[in-house]
Amino acid sequence: MEEPLIVSLKDIVVDFDGEKVLDGLSLDIHDKEFVTFLGPSGCGKTTTLRVIGGFITPRSGTVSFDGRDITALPPYKRQVNTVFQKYALFPHLNVFENVAFGLRLKRIPEEQIRSKVLEMLEIVGLKGFERRSIHQLSGGQQQRVAIARSLVNQPRVLLLDEPLGALDLKLRKEMQLELKRLQREMNITFVYVTHDQEEALTMSDTVVVMNKGNIQQIGSPQDIYNEPCNAFVANFIGDSNIVEGIMIKDFLVSFAGHEFTCVDRGFSRNEPVQVVVRPEDVVIVPPAIGMLNGLVREVIFKGVHFEMHVDVEGKEWLIHSTQASQPGELIGMNIGPDEIHIMARSEV
Amino acid sequence: MLRTKNSRWAAAPYLVWMAVFIVVPLLIVIWYALTNSDGAFTLENLTSIGRYTSVFGRSLLLAAEATVICLVLAFPVGYFLSRLRSNKQHIMLMLVMLPMWMNFLLRTYAWMTLLEKNGLINKFLGLFGIGPFNMINTSGAVVLGMVYNYLPYMILPLYTAMTKIDDSIIEAAQDLGSNPGQILGRVLIPLSKPGIATGITMVFVPSVSTFIISRMLGGGANLLIGDLIELQFLGNSYNLNLGSAMSLVLMVIVLLCMSFTSTFDEEEMEGVM
Repeated sequence: MEEPLIVSLKDIVVDFDGEKVLDGLSLDIHDKEFVTFLGPSGCGKTTTLRVIGGFITPRSGTVSFDGRDITALPPYKRQVNTVFQKYALFPHLNVFENVAFGLRLKRIPEEQIRSKVLEMLEIVGLKGFERRSIHQLSGGQQQRVAIARSLVNQPRVLLLDEPLGALDLKLRKEMQLELKRLQREMNITFVYVTHDQEEALTMSDTVVVMNKGNIQQIGSPQDIYNEPCNAFVANFIGDSNIVEGIMIKDFLVSFAGHEFTCVDRGFSRNEPVQVVVRPEDVVIVPPAIGMLNGLVREVIFKGVHFEMHVDVEGKEWLIHSTQASQPGELIGMNIGPDEIHIMARSEV
Repeated sequence: MLRTKNSRWAAAPYLVWMAVFIVVPLLIVIWYALTNSDGAFTLENLTSIGRYTSVFGRSLLLAAEATVICLVLAFPVGYFLSRLRSNKQHIMLMLVMLPMWMNFLLRTYAWMTLLEKNGLINKFLGLFGIGPFNMINTSGAVVLGMVYNYLPYMILPLYTAMTKIDDSIIEAAQDLGSNPGQILGRVLIPLSKPGIATGITMVFVPSVSTFIISRMLGGGANLLIGDLIELQFLGNSYNLNLGSAMSLVLMVIVLLCMSFTSTFDEEEMEGVM
C-alpha cells in the first residue's frame, strides 16, 4: 500500500539575480520514503531541498507539508531537520551539547534530554564521545554528530544535503548503508541530495533526476537505470551507449546498420528514436556471428571488468567485459532484445 | 630555520625601544609614586587617593556606560557587515573607519559647537519651538563623546569575529528550532566572544583614561581620572608624586579589567581547542 503524501511541491519557481534556478518544479514525496535528488551541480537539487527546509522562499508556487501550506513558514517552525553539506556543527559546544541543541530549545526536562542524546549517540556509533570537542573529531564522526543532532528531534522528514561529499570512498560506502539502516529504523522520510549516481541507486526508494531546474525523471533506481526517459538521464546514470536509430515498427528497431528485435512498442512507423545500450549488455562473439562488428581501439583494466572502446562504423562504443580483447582486434557484438532501450529523440 | 635564531634578533630593535621608553618610564612612575617631594619613601601618595574615590568612580561608570552603548550599537553593525559580500564589506569598513582618519581633537571640538546652548542642535530644535536643552557640560555629553570616538574600535573586532561564523551554522540553529532571539543568545553571542572581549578592552581602556573628551564636553563638573592626573603634571596642583600614584592605580584598574576580559576570552578558546 502506498504511504500518504508528506511533502508536496507545486509549480515552484526560484530565481537568483534574475536567473531561474527552479523553473516550475512540482514534486510529491510520500511518507517514510527515501527520496534522492540526483543531478549535476547547478541543477537545482540543493535549492529544492532548501525550499523544503524553509531557507529559500520561492518566487511562486506552494510547499505543503501533511496537506498544510507551509510556504511562508520560517525554518524554525517546520517539522523537518537538515543535515548540512559542511555539517555546520556548533564550534562552541561539545558533542553532547551539539546533539542536545534542539531539545534544549523545546525546554524538555534535563533527564530526558540526557537519555535521548545518549541513545542517539549510541545509534550513530558515537557512544563515549559526549564530552569531546567537535574539533577532535574526524570528518566521519562530525558527520555522525550532525545526523544525530537532527534525528534526536524526531523530525517527520530529514533533509540531507550531500552529507557524504567530504568523506573518502570506503567511509562513504559504509555511511550509505548506515543511513539506509537509520532511515528504516527511525521509520521517517529521508530526502537526500547527491550528484553521485551510484549513491542514489544504492540508497533510494525513489530517485528524482534533475537538470537545469527541471525534473527529468522520477522512478525507482531500477526504472531510472533500465528505462531512462531521455539521453540526459541515460548518460547521467551510469555509462551508456546512446545511438540514433529508426523504429521500423513495433518490436523492431534499426541502428548502426543492423535491424534488432526489441521489446519496445508504441512508436509510430519509422520514427527516429534514440537507442540506449548499457556497456555491460554487449556480448562479445566471434566476428562471423556478430550482429555488429567493431574494431577495438583501447582496453582499460578497471578491476571488476575491462573497459573497451570499440569503433563501430565510425561511432565509438563502450563495452564492459570480463574478458579482454586486444587493441586492433576485430570483434563481433551481440545485443539481446531485453538489453535495448528505446527513447523518443530529445535535445539534450 | 628563520624562526629560531634570526627571528629573535629581528625583534631586538623593539626590545630596546620597549626597555628605554616603556619599562624605564614605568619604573620612574613607580619611584615617584612611592616617594615624597624630598625623595623619601612614603605610602602617603597612594593612601591619599582615597579622597578622589568619587572621580575614580565616575570615570569607571562613564567608561562602562560608553562601553555598553558601543557594544549594543556595534553588535548589529558587525553582524550586518560580516554578512555582506566581500567587495561591499570593504567599502562599508572604509566608511566605519572614515571618522578615525580625522583629527581626534577636531572631532570632539565639533561636538562642542553642536551641543552648545546656542549650538546647531538647539538652533534647529528652536525652529520647532523645542528647547533649548542643556546638553553640553553634562555627563551624558561625555559618554556621547566616548561612544562617538571609540565606536569603530568596537565594530572592527566584532566584525572580525563574526566573519568566522559560517551562514550554515546560523541556518543549522534555525533548522533545529531557534527563533531569532535564540540564535542571538545561543549561537551569535557565544561565537562572537573573542570579538566582544577585544572590543570591550579597546573601548573601555581609552574611555576610562581620557581627559580631552571630559574637558571639552563635560565642563568642570565632570572631572575624570585623566583630568586629575593631567592637573598634577601640567596644571595648577602640580604634584608629580601624587600624579604618579594616580597613574599607577589607574594602571592596576585597567590591568584588572583586561585580565577579566582575557580569561573570558580564554574560556572561549578552550571550547575551540
